[in-house]
Amino acid sequence: MLANIEAMMTLPSHKSLEEPSFLNHFSVHALPLEARWERLVIVISHVFKHTHLMTLFFWQKRVMRVEWVGQNVIRKDAWDKVTGRAKFAADTMTMDTLFAALVTSPYAHAKILQVDVSQAEAVPGVIKVVTGEDIDILVGEGIRDRPILAKDKVRYYGEPIAVVIADSPDTARLAAPFVKAAFLPLPVVNSPQEAIQAQAPLVHEHLDTYYTPKHLRPIPGTNIAHHVKIRKGEADKKLPSCPVIYESRVSFPPSDHCAMETRTATVEIRPDGTVCVESSSQVPFIIKSLFSELFDIPQDKIVVTTPLVGGGYGGKSAVQLEFIAYIASRAVGGQKVMLTNRREEDFVTSPVHIGLDATVTIGCDDTGRFIAMKISYLFDGGAYSDKAVDICRAAAIDCTGPYRVDHVFCDAYCLYTNHPYPTAFRGFGHPELTYAVERCIDGLAEKLAMDPTVLRKKNLIQPGDTTPTQSLLNKSRIGNLTACLEKVKALIRWDEGDRIETENHTIRAKGVSCFWKTSNIGPNVSSGALLVFNKDGTVHLDCGVVEIGTGSRSVLAQIAAERLGIDVKDIHVDMTIKTTTTPEHYKTVASRGLWMAGRAVLRAADDALSQLFQIASQVLRVSPDDLRAEGGFIFYKHEPRKRLSFRELAHGYRYPNGNTIGGQVIGRGSFVLPKLTFLDPDTGKGDPGPDWTVGAEAVEVEFNPKDDTYKILRAACVIDAGTIINPMYAEGQVRGGMHMGLSFASREGFVFTKDGIVMNNQFRTYKVLRYGENPEYLVDFVQTPSMETAYGLRGIGEHGVIGMPAALAASLSKASGVFINELPIIPELIWRLKRGR
Amino acid sequence: MLHVGSLEKVRLNINGHNRWVTIKASERLIDVLRNRLGYTGCKPGCLNGDCGACTVLVDGVPMKSCMMLAPQVVGKAITTIEGLEGTDVQKAFIEHNAFQCGYCTPGFIMNIEGLLAKHRHADEAIIEDWLQSNICRCTSYQEMKAAIQDVLHKRDQNHEELE
Ligand code: FES
Ligand code: FES
Repeated sequence: MLANIEAMMTLPSHKSLEEPSFLNHFSVHALPLEARWERLVIVISHVFKHTHLMTLFFWQKRVMRVEWVGQNVIRKDAWDKVTGRAKFAADTMTMDTLFAALVTSPYAHAKILQVDVSQAEAVPGVIKVVTGEDIDILVGEGIRDRPILAKDKVRYYGEPIAVVIADSPDTARLAAPFVKAAFLPLPVVNSPQEAIQAQAPLVHEHLDTYYTPKHLRPIPGTNIAHHVKIRKGEADKKLPSCPVIYESRVSFPPSDHCAMETRTATVEIRPDGTVCVESSSQVPFIIKSLFSELFDIPQDKIVVTTPLVGGGYGGKSAVQLEFIAYIASRAVGGQKVMLTNRREEDFVTSPVHIGLDATVTIGCDDTGRFIAMKISYLFDGGAYSDKAVDICRAAAIDCTGPYRVDHVFCDAYCLYTNHPYPTAFRGFGHPELTYAVERCIDGLAEKLAMDPTVLRKKNLIQPGDTTPTQSLLNKSRIGNLTACLEKVKALIRWDEGDRIETENHTIRAKGVSCFWKTSNIGPNVSSGALLVFNKDGTVHLDCGVVEIGTGSRSVLAQIAAERLGIDVKDIHVDMTIKTTTTPEHYKTVASRGLWMAGRAVLRAADDALSQLFQIASQVLRVSPDDLRAEGGFIFYKHEPRKRLSFRELAHGYRYPNGNTIGGQVIGRGSFVLPKLTFLDPDTGKGDPGPDWTVGAEAVEVEFNPKDDTYKILRAACVIDAGTIINPMYAEGQVRGGMHMGLSFASREGFVFTKDGIVMNNQFRTYKVLRYGENPEYLVDFVQTPSMETAYGLRGIGEHGVIGMPAALAASLSKASGVFINELPIIPELIWRLKRGR
Repeated sequence: MLHVGSLEKVRLNINGHNRWVTIKASERLIDVLRNRLGYTGCKPGCLNGDCGACTVLVDGVPMKSCMMLAPQVVGKAITTIEGLEGTDVQKAFIEHNAFQCGYCTPGFIMNIEGLLAKHRHADEAIIEDWLQSNICRCTSYQEMKAAIQDVLHKRDQNHEELE
């Protein structure tokens, strides 16, 4: 097998510069100045056919150089993952582990009259049962409104009310039903529309008593957890006088991430008070800071370990089971306790994907130019506000979609309901807002009798325009959306017609959607990287980006290899994060992995190089400024034969007589997003993110009007991805996102009873796309390099998902002749809409 | 014959090795493999037969190990993902980027190994039929399809060369 691994490692075609296509690789502008100059010399060398001596020298030097940016380098965890050796959080069970199982609420809203644990505690093998009565703090990432285990009342179906700790997983599970709870059912708030009504039952009666950070504005006495206002221009004045006005509503229920690995947390409290957490989490560093704040533990006494994560999509960015496992461990004297969700719990007990009711009104002139937009977003914030308040903010920030609108009026509400509570989902508010806005644009296009792509093109946001929060855009910040739209039209063959009746009496129809997204993370969050050198000159890369499937940790090694001028094979990357030694990366969310850690890695590489130069300059007796690094050597630029290998320098240089100078080379770098600001509470004015990734998507369906069934034939996506570091993985990310978007739009969503009970919390009843149900995916890129990032890359991890629901609805609306504004689009929905029910 | 609740020692044949292990008659195969023997390559995704993440081969046939009791496999040959050593399917998965988080991967690979052993020239309909028992949430399945096509294609080529 070893031989195989070797063979696989050489899979990437190491392009030498002899390949004529090398210049297309990535834009010269994205390079640092010096590299640009060198590249220029190569170009000249082509022109003069290496006649000039100096050019010849550069030519030879560069031929040896392997470029790692733009290569399909195989990810570092590949062989572990195809051989079953990859370890996830639930895979490491030790002899000293106890096991926990949750007892959850059968009601969506009810007063807890009593929880009797005596029968459960009598089950042989059960060590302890903990209930909400045993805990007196409230948690939450923003507003602290959530008990770790429900106390006094339950607010959603599946809410944890107790945890059973036993000597085996089976015993814990067996004993859970023996916890006997008595409830008094309360009236249920079953949608955001209901939640905002004046007479609605209150989900939280004591909203005014919760700890609330300054930037959040819950309104006591209502179900409003947060309200974000965007006011740009004079929308309320301009909108009524617009020559053409179109209004539409959309609505969809909460759904789920469905990561194949259900969430797991293991906690142990050591005799000296050190708390060790192992978790399948996208946010090990947030676990650390929340534990510190909530339980008053110094940060050095918290060790969070995160191995490979079996899918996140935002769902594992919430901290929940970790708290429960901590309480459980504390109740049994600090012994190690492992808590793993059953699938049924992972669906509803742990946080879900947010639902939305929205109304969008667009006013434009007779030619279709947008003048004003009025938008209302009512987000289904569920029982607890955790991340939902931030999703609401994110949607408000980009509320218009990627269009130039001078007059914007947006109210985004995050509402408490008796539904499972949401957390981040791939796209963070954007698939949701995009569905609302793009459906409205399609409706407007129909009213104007205009081609929907022409109407969009006319209004696309451009450098020089401002966003709803009045951020001024330039080319680096917004990329080239017009090019994306043109390309996607070509991919889906838009010009052959967007509605074609076939000979089999079916209808082939197409729909498009544009999207944009910025990152919406705090203005002060940072990302760090370490490059630790081994004696043989190989390097160990560490950073806080969690490997949730995106391959980011491996792609960061490509960035390091490029900068250090060594083979990517010589960079080792561990997949496990340990918050005591791994440099912090705020959260593995928001497509910021490569964006931020990429910059940190570049800095770490430069730091390592300067250390190598320092040592080498003494040995070679030249100034460090005159040294260069290439191919694992440091050499004197005027006399390249004077050189030292990384191996000779990595742990200090030893002279023949034994004298040694320098020590182990350890490069370090960290990065903070520059110039972000808080938003003005009254107008929303401010700079929420560094740049916007933009793109356009399209879907083609074949619809059968007899029974309202359909097949998704093709789906296309073009993103302005800036410079692409690893094309194979970039495409894979985008395809995966599109697939998730289509699965969500075509079949996913919780079905609630009138009492707020979730009817589909298993894969038998909650359907996802399976093999062969997928369309053909077409992915292409526009590459406008970012001026801010490593080699000009842009974040693309989430974006494939964003426009898919809107594009699918557009194609099916076209095919069926009814305006589809709900999700998921199952044949029954089309049938219902056709009959006006 | 094992009795419910009692612990008994049985011999299981896993990846060509005989392993003695103490089990309860009520234990699922997935739990014995993972918790008693350390074959953590077989993954729990639903423990309800819905996702295929726990798939292993039993006498060459892909089975969901969450839907079998351990005593059912005494005397049968079990293959887990740990028993594969650089097969064409594994290589093709890497070459075609057929996984991301890798959690569903062992289940899919075992299913495909079983499929290709039974149907040497599986067509798309057969492949679809078999693979719909598993779920991947990261990739688009297009990558997996390419990987399987590649394996089949290489197999055909080798076959021709032999003839
Ligand atoms: S865990 Fe066995 S099928 Fe899902
Ligand atoms: S690779 Fe993540 S679920 Fe398939």
